[in-house]
Amino acid sequence: MSPEPQDKAAPQALLRVVRLEKRFGGFSALDGVSFHVQPGEILGLVGPNGSGKTTCINVITGLHKPDGGALLYQGRAIGGMASHRLVHLGINRTFQVPKPFLTLTVRENVEVAAAYGRRGSEAFDMQALLASLELDRDADRPAAELNSVQQKMLDLARALATKPKLLCVDELAAGLNPAELDRVAERLRELARAGMALLVVEHLMGFIDHVTDRVIVLNAGKEIFEGELAAAIEDRQVVEVFLGSEHGA
Amino acid sequence: MPRWLRHTLLTVVPVIAAAALLPLGYSNQLLLFNFVVFLTLAQGVNVIYGFTGYLPFGYVGFFGAGAYGFSLCVLHLHMAPLAALGVGAAAAILLGLLLTPLLRLSGAYFAIANLAASLAVYQVVSNPNLENITKGPYGISLSGVFNPTLAYSVAVLILAATLGLAVYLRNSRFGLSLQAIREDAISASMAGIDVVRSRTLAWLLSALVAGLSGGVFAWYVSVFYPETVFSPEFSIFAIVFALFGGVATVTGPILGVIILYGIYNAIGISTPQYFQLLYGLLIMGLVLFLPNGLVSLFKRWGIDVP
Repeated sequence: MSPEPQDKAAPQALLRVVRLEKRFGGFSALDGVSFHVQPGEILGLVGPNGSGKTTCINVITGLHKPDGGALLYQGRAIGGMASHRLVHLGINRTFQVPKPFLTLTVRENVEVAAAYGRRGSEAFDMQALLASLELDRDADRPAAELNSVQQKMLDLARALATKPKLLCVDELAAGLNPAELDRVAERLRELARAGMALLVVEHLMGFIDHVTDRVIVLNAGKEIFEGELAAAIEDRQVVEVFLGSEHGA
Repeated sequence: MPRWLRHTLLTVVPVIAAAALLPLGYSNQLLLFNFVVFLTLAQGVNVIYGFTGYLPFGYVGFFGAGAYGFSLCVLHLHMAPLAALGVGAAAAILLGLLLTPLLRLSGAYFAIANLAASLAVYQVVSNPNLENITKGPYGISLSGVFNPTLAYSVAVLILAATLGLAVYLRNSRFGLSLQAIREDAISASMAGIDVVRSRTLAWLLSALVAGLSGGVFAWYVSVFYPETVFSPEFSIFAIVFALFGGVATVTGPILGVIILYGIYNAIGISTPQYFQLLYGLLIMGLVLFLPNGLVSLFKRWGIDVP
């Protein structure tokens, strides 16, 4: 599929999602969604439950094969590529429900990602990474002993250890207290400032407002809005999707 | 001292020294040989179950494939035992390759499918219509190459290599990646691990261990029936020994074999009723209080067990 028509808006986009489709049986989870992310940008992906946000991340990170459309990463078609190869190209993610290697220690969790997820041999500062996510004091404990917030941070550490260029963050903020939310938001903005592109799926609008530059609103597997969150909440169609038609009218 | 060297000195060296020296002062070599075989098989189970998370209920299939690969080459091609051992190992690896689609299953489904696969191989080998090739149910006799002393030495070498493999997995990035797959295959792929390639490699390595073990077993005993080398007891013993001691360590399966197979030989044959009572109690106690095996006790005390 030719990407040219979408290019004018984003000549240097890191990832372009072009009319992406994903079906589960008769259900279209993604029904031709298109958007792009640029390096250094934090793009929010919002929408009601079942609108296809997580499916979108699952397809981008190789967990599901797309049924139509194209995924272009650095100009290269990556749709349907195996996850570990995408990781080597610089795409990684966190999971809505964190999935650490439970019997391995925190350090081993990150070590294995640093060993297998990175191409090239630049130095890797395990201590700094663990410290930045406040996991350093628990480095030698099994991941199973961490609380759920720490497991989320470990999920993030595992992803960051592979030095991603594109990081998909799936509901990292849920369950964090306000102080933790601030720290995580600051951490994500730091990553973007360093040039990483972030795709953030989130239900907490305050958090989205705080960290994202731009949002895409999904409904029923299609994007219905693209722009700043402040503009999104003024958008009639977005309001209708979230609150029902009597509010949108 | 590097960790792997400490682990080698604490596990491989004493076990191999004992296996090599005991025959000098102890006359029941068959018993020692069986210990060597189970020490090897328990580590083979450790590779695919302990590290990678697939419970091989039909593990004996590889053992039998190795035994028959060895025997048929000796019988029909008059190969030298060591060369035939290579073919036995290749037969086990071939069977492993044939069964790689099973790795798409997990948990109990994999265990059942693997058990069924090993029974299928047994049925094929013992088919009376294949008498010209496999001798069918009538069994194999290899009196021409009978050499228990040499076969025992080779079995000890195979054990040494297998223990070396376990030490490697315990201390290497590859071993860590297998454990990551065991814990969560999706997260493992997001850590950059080629899950299919790594788990296939672990599967074939464990098939190789059992194939070599089966080949040397056929050589050592020289006369056997298909039900001898395809006996589910090999799978079950190897799994129980490994689990009892504690998998994903080098020490666990060794301890499991020495303790449980020791008890089996001490009272299992003379007074099977007490043996089964004791066995049942031991295993129940372990499942209740130390589900991760004996070595988890040491871990609880903060000791780094090889």
